[in-house]
Amino acid sequence: MKKNEEKTTRPSVTDKDSGMKRRSFVKLLGGGIFIFFQPWNVIDMLPVPQQQQRRTLTKDYNAFLHIAEDGTVTCYTGKIEMGQGIITGLAMMMADELNVPFEKVKMVMGDTELCPYDAGTWGSQSTQTFGPAMRAAAAEAKSVLLDMASAQLGVPASQLEVKNGTVIDSSNDRSVSYAQLAKGKKLEKYLEVKPAVEDYSKFTIVGTSHKRVDAIEKVTGKAKYTGDLKIPGMVFARILRPPSHGARMTSVDVSGAEKIEGVKVVRDGDFIAVICGNKDRVDEAIVKIKAEYDFKELPVNDKTVFDWMVNAQSRVSVAREGGDLDTGKKLSDKIFESEFHDPYVAHAAIETHTALAHLVDGTMNVWASTQSPFGLQDAIVNEIKMTRETVRVRTPFLGGGFGGKAAYQQGVEAASLAKLTGKPVMLVWTREEEFFYDTFHTANVIKVKSGIDKSGLITFWDYHVWFAGTRGSDIIYDVPNFKTTSYSENRSAFQVHPFGTGPWRAPNNNSNTFARETQIDIMASAAGIDPLEFRLKNLKDEKMIACLKSVADKFGYIPAKTPGKRGIGIACGHDAGTWVAQIAEVKVDTATGKVQVVRVACSQDMGLCVNPEGALIQMEGCISMALGYTFSEEVHFEGGNILDRGFDTYQIPKISWLPQIDCVILDRKDKPPKGGGEPAIIAVGAAVANAIHDATGARLYRTPMTPERVLEAIRKV
Amino acid sequence: MEETIRFKLNGKKTELRTDPSHTLIWVLRNELGLTGTKWGCGTGFCGACTVLIDDEPARSCSLPVSDIAGRKVTTIEGLEKKGKLHPVQKAFVEHEALQCGFCTPGMVLTSVSLLKKNPSPARQEIIEALEENLCRCTAHVRIIDAVMAAAKEMKGGK
Repeated sequence: MKKNEEKTTRPSVTDKDSGMKRRSFVKLLGGGIFIFFQPWNVIDMLPVPQQQQRRTLTKDYNAFLHIAEDGTVTCYTGKIEMGQGIITGLAMMMADELNVPFEKVKMVMGDTELCPYDAGTWGSQSTQTFGPAMRAAAAEAKSVLLDMASAQLGVPASQLEVKNGTVIDSSNDRSVSYAQLAKGKKLEKYLEVKPAVEDYSKFTIVGTSHKRVDAIEKVTGKAKYTGDLKIPGMVFARILRPPSHGARMTSVDVSGAEKIEGVKVVRDGDFIAVICGNKDRVDEAIVKIKAEYDFKELPVNDKTVFDWMVNAQSRVSVAREGGDLDTGKKLSDKIFESEFHDPYVAHAAIETHTALAHLVDGTMNVWASTQSPFGLQDAIVNEIKMTRETVRVRTPFLGGGFGGKAAYQQGVEAASLAKLTGKPVMLVWTREEEFFYDTFHTANVIKVKSGIDKSGLITFWDYHVWFAGTRGSDIIYDVPNFKTTSYSENRSAFQVHPFGTGPWRAPNNNSNTFARETQIDIMASAAGIDPLEFRLKNLKDEKMIACLKSVADKFGYIPAKTPGKRGIGIACGHDAGTWVAQIAEVKVDTATGKVQVVRVACSQDMGLCVNPEGALIQMEGCISMALGYTFSEEVHFEGGNILDRGFDTYQIPKISWLPQIDCVILDRKDKPPKGGGEPAIIAVGAAVANAIHDATGARLYRTPMTPERVLEAIRKV
Repeated sequence: MEETIRFKLNGKKTELRTDPSHTLIWVLRNELGLTGTKWGCGTGFCGACTVLIDDEPARSCSLPVSDIAGRKVTTIEGLEKKGKLHPVQKAFVEHEALQCGFCTPGMVLTSVSLLKKNPSPARQEIIEALEENLCRCTAHVRIIDAVMAAAKEMKGGK
């Protein structure tokens, strides 16, 4: 298991709060048909970031589906929408299962009062694990509706069919709509057994492309994000921040801030904030506070971190092992040893962490940009001593998450200030705070030793990974002798990271795929075998073979040995149950070291693709976003001081970096749907590094591949 | 010290009593309720706060409100005419040129300004115009396609 993951036990039967929720929910919504179901059997399996305590799950019915008296179907889910498009994709699945028009399905997301508990939205899990549970509930709802229609129409349910939300008895030419069935009813149904869900071949909505349901709101500026909310009497807040992680305040003088018109200083020990109804005033006031600090920082920076990690006292575990490494070495004609370095990387969503909190009649109402509304609810309960019944978290649209908003410190801070002041408090983290408190993708070191025999078959694979976990560390190739050793943080013995780390889109799979696919390329090149042929020769995984062949076809790949001065590189891997292969083409300016990616072709096997257009958008987004970790993104730091605190020095991909992108989604309608938000990001770094090698003969072992590093590598050729 | 600032906002004559040193974005968002203009960095780097001043893109997070006195300001809320989307907005929807949508108002407004100056931009000209607007979800491919399509529609499909 990865460092930032943990698993918990099965649900406890003692937790009663969701029963209360169910009752208040039915009361709130009035009439219609309610379906309650338990998605635990699937969501209980999911990893949760370590810093977050998962609550004890309840055995009660926790997912809700409501068919209103006007025929509208509403699904209540604790998942959130951050741009990934599940507000559209999940609704499509519901519409298909219930045979209602897509427009009739509404999603209510991420509200702790109305929605069932959900640990958080991450890991590309919404479509592949939550989706099927929802579909099962929809199927149950449909069978309930059919029974009701059967009674009303006086014919057996088997004689009925549903089209566009209307139950039809075609033999007698009679029909009754869902709306008519739900009218004047207050029916609660509890789903005990998971019914068989609809056969994909009957789907009319899933598998066809649907436009985002939130697009019009978003292009007109009407879509509400947390920062757009306003409550009468609302004040803005800024919090006094230490200059570095590990700094402890020794003295403070707030008098300068108090002199600013309309500004109030709020203090609770070392927690010091300024509030004012005027945003400009709080920005002016916060810099007037003078504080002194003691520094107790870790003696590490962005240059020394890799040695620091390898020498750290860590927890060692063998993730997988087979055959015998010594036997493999004896069988080898050539042996290769490489060391790969990857830095801390920021999430850098354009919307910073934002929260609005207001304490009304003993209930803390919080709106927050977070991927984990229930995690935030629990954190508020614990940190400011409230009960779960008196904390309600809601999630308006998120302006990007990428894993960074699995953390929700801003929500706890806003709630604390709301409690301290009694006012509605809006807290919008500055860009500096966003970089300072980000839970970065962790820096890591990977060492690989591997060999090939005379025919180009891989003989052994000895893989050591420091602090990147094992997601994506699967060997994927058919290797007889292998061992994967993982070194993870043993915090009680040794603190490795000077600041927060956490999941970053396809957590650490980028790093593991970069190392593996570069090493494969090194061996292919040394064997004098075309890198595609080398991969196919060493693979038995049919899905990977199919992806590689399909991407070669899409790209128009012509086999050649590398380096061949063409600038073409290949990489593949899998993430979130989805298999992906990519070919990148680059142009390298050997005078400046600047690399332009001309083209990326990508082929993906994601099982049943629910919303093809939505999936393509995610693939394109992954590929474009990956250019950041590939070329420029690296958090510079000295001890606990984050040196990059803005987009001036921390550069994320710009529109001119964009290559031509050609994507293929393999037709796998007969297979369950898998994740789509992350997989295509994993292989870009390696494909580009291999393409740079093909163009120049220079090998890059370090991301990001800045012009300086590319030049340095070229000099070594 | 409050002053009266007169300007044209989304086609309407506007008079505002405010501190002239206040930042334009906070005046728009908090005093005028126009929250479509997004705050992303506060230093003019990301472009989420872009508005048009006399049809030119400007970073509202880095301007005092006094700068707009006597000028014409367009925010994302001002593009729809009589309930009809501006062709650029329509093209962004059609091409799904957005994901989280946070950079979208800035992207749309910068594109509107470009098409006003250059009704038939080449792909490279669109890239240059949008280069300083950051999009972390990286909807880049589709944004360029959307602007090309909008240009075509605005010229009557020629």
